[in-house]
Amino acid sequence: MSMLEVSDLHTSFFTQSGEVRAVNGLSFSLEKGRVLGIVGESGSGKSVTAYSILQILTHPGRIVSGSIKLHGQELVGLSDEEMRAIRGNKISIIFQDPMTSLNPTFTIGNQLMEAILLHTKRTHEEARLRAIEMLNLVGISEPEKRLNQYAFELSGGMRQRVMIAMALACEPDVLIADEPTTALDVTIQAQILELMLRLQKELGMAIIMITHDMGVIAQICDEVIVMYAGGVCERGPTDAIFYHPMHEYTRGLMRSIPDMSDDEKTPLVPITGTPIDLLNMPKGCPFAPRCDAAMKICLQEKPKEYWVGHNHLSACWMNVKENVCYTTCPEAEEEVESHE
Amino acid sequence: MSENRSTALVQVRHLKQYFPVTTGFLRKTMLKAVDDVSFDIEKGETLGLVGESGCGKTTVGRTMLHLYKPTSGEIWFDGTKIEGKEALHNFRRRAQMVFQDPYSSLNPRMTVADIVAEPIDVHKLCPSKKDREDRIRELMSLVGLNTEHATRYAHEFSGGQRQRIGIARALASEPEFIVCDEPVSALDVSIQAQVINMLEDLQHRLGLTYLFIAHDISVVKHISNRIAVMYLGHMMELASANELTRHPLHPYTISLMSAVPLPDPKASRSQKRIVLQGDVPSPLKMPSGCPFRTRCSRATAECAAQCPAMKEAAPGHFVACHHL
Repeated sequence: MSMLEVSDLHTSFFTQSGEVRAVNGLSFSLEKGRVLGIVGESGSGKSVTAYSILQILTHPGRIVSGSIKLHGQELVGLSDEEMRAIRGNKISIIFQDPMTSLNPTFTIGNQLMEAILLHTKRTHEEARLRAIEMLNLVGISEPEKRLNQYAFELSGGMRQRVMIAMALACEPDVLIADEPTTALDVTIQAQILELMLRLQKELGMAIIMITHDMGVIAQICDEVIVMYAGGVCERGPTDAIFYHPMHEYTRGLMRSIPDMSDDEKTPLVPITGTPIDLLNMPKGCPFAPRCDAAMKICLQEKPKEYWVGHNHLSACWMNVKENVCYTTCPEAEEEVESHE
Repeated sequence: MSENRSTALVQVRHLKQYFPVTTGFLRKTMLKAVDDVSFDIEKGETLGLVGESGCGKTTVGRTMLHLYKPTSGEIWFDGTKIEGKEALHNFRRRAQMVFQDPYSSLNPRMTVADIVAEPIDVHKLCPSKKDREDRIRELMSLVGLNTEHATRYAHEFSGGQRQRIGIARALASEPEFIVCDEPVSALDVSIQAQVINMLEDLQHRLGLTYLFIAHDISVVKHISNRIAVMYLGHMMELASANELTRHPLHPYTISLMSAVPLPDPKASRSQKRIVLQGDVPSPLKMPSGCPFRTRCSRATAECAAQCPAMKEAAPGHFVACHHL
């Protein structure tokens, strides 16, 4: 049984102008000790997926249907109180902006100890020691001094370390990182990614890494989900997604990124058009209006997810046309043979 | 870097930009945002300017266009020193800027036509109303905007389209030189590629010269001929784009290049990362000597004593480090 299992998740925002289907039938499972990347452009539903798992959606958003299971326990439909026992304890989140996600009026120590005191039976003094231990773990110097400092006294990288320390203080099974390094500089980003990978190995947790940066995905993820307009385009092992993308959107995404090793400066091939309006979702494949390879069926019917390789699923009519789909997940050997 | 004998379109000499910051009761400290920076930009060239936040790259761009009055230093444009009201007015028509944030750099109360035409009106480039309208339409189609949208307001457009409006405005006064300050950082990858291609296309068609400021090194490498690396207000290294990314010499550039996440899992696994320890020091408490010495693995007493000057380590490859 997987640690976290999300099946057919639908989350919508009921706005005055209509229902915005932010997440539209998302399924995935996450095993212990794995890093899953969710990549997509703004508005593709990456963050809403994270918020749905933790059920921290704000009005007018809510989960319409679907199931989220942690160790077999259904999370959808739990009361607020029951969810509070899970949040920050079994599933934690690191937000994108370390500048605004720490409370400016409380000390770092106060905020770090809050989660520990809430979820464990530690005394105040034990919680303080645990907080110091956590700050040490994330590589913050002079942790005793930092406990009494406020967020504004720390740099961006340090604040993100504090956020990580807070998220990990109760040894969660799943850590959701929502663009944790987007607001940081590359050299600080390298520090934070290295830290996350080290802690993941030491503590054996699973990470859901939400990002728009394909470089970050390539660096730390075992598996990847590519999202577009609230739905899954493609999911599979990182290498398969990067070297054998099986969806036109993923291919387009790869072509739009400048290649550092290319000295000739080959022109980029951008995806034409703009992302679709989630209020007016087309009937067929959501990517079809921007897809160069779009066929008649793409505009009429939404493609289902088919197996296209070992653990590799893709929702693209092109695969059906080219007859590269399997009805069951093919063996790993078969995939290696067919591609090399 | 010789004195002003070169043929470069833009020459920046010993540019300094200090900002007074209140650090206590009646006490002011000078924040050295840019400290003694010199470089040239050839005609038709794109010079990339990279560095981490707070390194002064945006300040260099803004000071070059005299959006801030430089504390000291000289800016030469097409053989003329930018000094005095007349030279400045003329310079401002020939040099324009594209801003980072397409959401806050367009006036929400103005229509697209008025935004794009503002430089035309300021510099009185189109005497008749019809000329002005034709020019607006020409500019809008140049950047791939639907000319029928001229009467709309900025909020009706997506991020990528707004950036196109900003670029159309920058092109309105027929400039020769454009400072692009993180023009694609706020955009999604697929839209980013559209805007990059458009900037390159416009450069070829109109013979533009760019100063391209960004923190995304793969984007800067793609668009630039040469790249300059800044750290804490100082220029650390300047070389051709390929040379700088392939063979960086300065310890800071080396670690910066190794920290860039490559969108290629196999290359990423074999990438040797030099993870810098600690944070960038506060520009108010600048370290003595070389600004990078507090995080540098090769720092010696010499680095603390004296700030290294830019020297040519290989033809066209300038670097400021005592150990090279």
